[in-house]
Amino acid sequence: MRSTCQILRLKHSPAVTTKKNVAALRRESYTVDFIKKQIEEFNIGKRHLANMMGEDPETFTQEDIDRAITYLFPSGLFEKRARPIMKHPEEIFPKQRAIQWGEDGRPFHFLFYTGKQSYYSLMHEAYGKVLHVEERQDQLRAKGLFSEKPKTKDPIGSRWLIKEELEEMLVEKLSDQDYAQFIRLLERLSALPCDAAEEEFVGRFRRTVTVQSKKHLIEPLQYDEQGMAFSTGRGKRKTANAEAVVHGHGSGKIEINGVDYLLYFPVTQDREQLMFPFHFLDRLGKHDVTCTVSGGGRSSQAGAIRLAVARALCSFITEDEVEWMRQAGLLTTDPRVRERKKPGQEGARRKFTWKKR
Amino acid sequence: IMLKGMTRLVSRVHKAKHGEQHVGQHYNISIQELKTVFPHGLPPRFVMQVKTFNEACLMVRKPALELLHYLKNTNFAHPAVRYVLYGEKGTGKTLSLCHIIHFCAKQDWLILHIPDAHLWVKNCRDLLQSTYNKQRFDQPLEASVWLKNFKTANERFLSQIKVQDKYVWNKRESTEKGSPLAEVVEQGIMRVRNATDAVGIVLKELKRQSSLGIFRLLVAVDGVNALWGRTTLKREDKSLIAPEELALIYNLRKMVKNDWQGGAIVLTVSQTGSLFKPRKAYLPQELLGKEGFDTLDPFIPILVSNYNPKEFEACIQYYLENSWLQHEKAHTEEGKKELLFLSNRNPGLLERLCAYL
Repeated sequence: MRSTCQILRLKHSPAVTTKKNVAALRRESYTVDFIKKQIEEFNIGKRHLANMMGEDPETFTQEDIDRAITYLFPSGLFEKRARPIMKHPEEIFPKQRAIQWGEDGRPFHFLFYTGKQSYYSLMHEAYGKVLHVEERQDQLRAKGLFSEKPKTKDPIGSRWLIKEELEEMLVEKLSDQDYAQFIRLLERLSALPCDAAEEEFVGRFRRTVTVQSKKHLIEPLQYDEQGMAFSTGRGKRKTANAEAVVHGHGSGKIEINGVDYLLYFPVTQDREQLMFPFHFLDRLGKHDVTCTVSGGGRSSQAGAIRLAVARALCSFITEDEVEWMRQAGLLTTDPRVRERKKPGQEGARRKFTWKKR
Repeated sequence: IMLKGMTRLVSRVHKAKHGEQHVGQHYNISIQELKTVFPHGLPPRFVMQVKTFNEACLMVRKPALELLHYLKNTNFAHPAVRYVLYGEKGTGKTLSLCHIIHFCAKQDWLILHIPDAHLWVKNCRDLLQSTYNKQRFDQPLEASVWLKNFKTANERFLSQIKVQDKYVWNKRESTEKGSPLAEVVEQGIMRVRNATDAVGIVLKELKRQSSLGIFRLLVAVDGVNALWGRTTLKREDKSLIAPEELALIYNLRKMVKNDWQGGAIVLTVSQTGSLFKPRKAYLPQELLGKEGFDTLDPFIPILVSNYNPKEFEACIQYYLENSWLQHEKAHTEEGKKELLFLSNRNPGLLERLCAYL
């Protein structure tokens, strides 16, 4: 009986047929050997790269690899993911599931026939933990040693995994309801007083969130000869570079490349751009600015000076106001640059006139 | 007309009473006076403002006061002193000139006002070869327009002043010696071909006779740097004409030389209508060129600068009283600060900003 099944299976084993090439439709499956070979090649390549760069192959980290690759293959592509990368094969090749049934056809996992075995096993585990904790709580309450300990959880520092990350972890497709159910269960578990083991279990599914504004460097205030406070800032926009020196206790004068801002920017729009940081912080007539600017056109120079002035003003104001400025977009460099012209088109986006014949 | 707030000083009595303490206050000129004293010569935007507000109000400012002080203390036995008003674009040179002219008109001086010398060196449709001197060129249109305005401004003098030479216009017409100047002016207006020569005669006679002391002469030229710059006019064979070859300019140059007594010469240099001068140039040296500067050499320069804070306040108050600023924020401190920043206290810019509020 079993041998006939085997023979049947052998007959139905996938072979190269004479049908049309459906290789593109079929998901690529990498065998375990293939992945192993890739890992070996990667390690050898890492040692070669370290030798090339003149560094120690033993202590060559991934960051060093990235730096070396950007140095050896400089790329001007805007899309970071299109640039040349050299990473561990685990990160490059998508995770494949090993065949989950043995030679006799019996699946390894007891939940295989649910379809989403890892998901349901995870749910099972989590629920088991919940029951365990509740049981412990009941025991404590019965003994009378129960004490209400409030949970101290870091509300902002971390977040739950998102659905894509969970899918990646389980190597399985999930639906939105599944994901929501899972998160609800984890919330329930974390609400109960847990042991270290349970905390660790929950911790596997939380990721830290970096608070953006804390990345911004602290800006020191400098003092010049007369004892007046001033600070510098730099700004860039398109091709214009600006450097501004903002003095405290001024009268609202702005001097650009030695010329008054009224003469340098005859257009009202540019002067409004300069006014924006001061107006936002309600310090219109209180500071003096001296700045130099080069490159770009009239509008980009105005934008560059605005950024430089905003960055320089950060030294004079409180943390909250820095945060407000950041949210207003005064401290972000405008990433828009002129897009290159592509061949076969008239401009960056504009195509040639389409003629029907 | 009721006194509107603290900023108004209704002094139709005598401008002679203007003193240091009146800086920043507006004074009124009635519309009838406007028509007689200024048939030409007010800047076009000011004319529009007069029409809108239905009244003409000039602000008393320091440069004008200084000039008035000098004029009050002139010694008419000495040769005429030259005053040059200079300053950046939009600071109020032309309006200061108008203030002076109004004062002198009130004091019964003869006003020789050329509204904009730049109009005579560009965009001239018809250039005739001069009848008087074959080398030079006539500009009948401009000359006749100017004669008309001159007549309106100085009616009462024209009958008093007598010509001291006989002038033959053509075979049939001539002006006898001793006839009033009004006849010459009439001749110029009616016979457009002889208008330029009529202008030349008027200038010559006035110069000669002001030294006699019958009347006091004020020569006011706006944009005097046109006399020594370049022209955009071309002859029929497309070769450029130098300013000396234009009869009007030639005679005017003789007028601003200080070889006569009994009056004063007030001049303005401006970049606005000038030809081939960079935008940022505002000093007399730059705008007049070497030749002009040497010719005008002993002169008193008077800098007209942007508003000081008091004047700025006064200007805003004036607009608010006439309900010209309709934005709600215009009354508040912040609104004023914004306007201050955007216009940097430049009167011309402030006017343009407020126009579109």
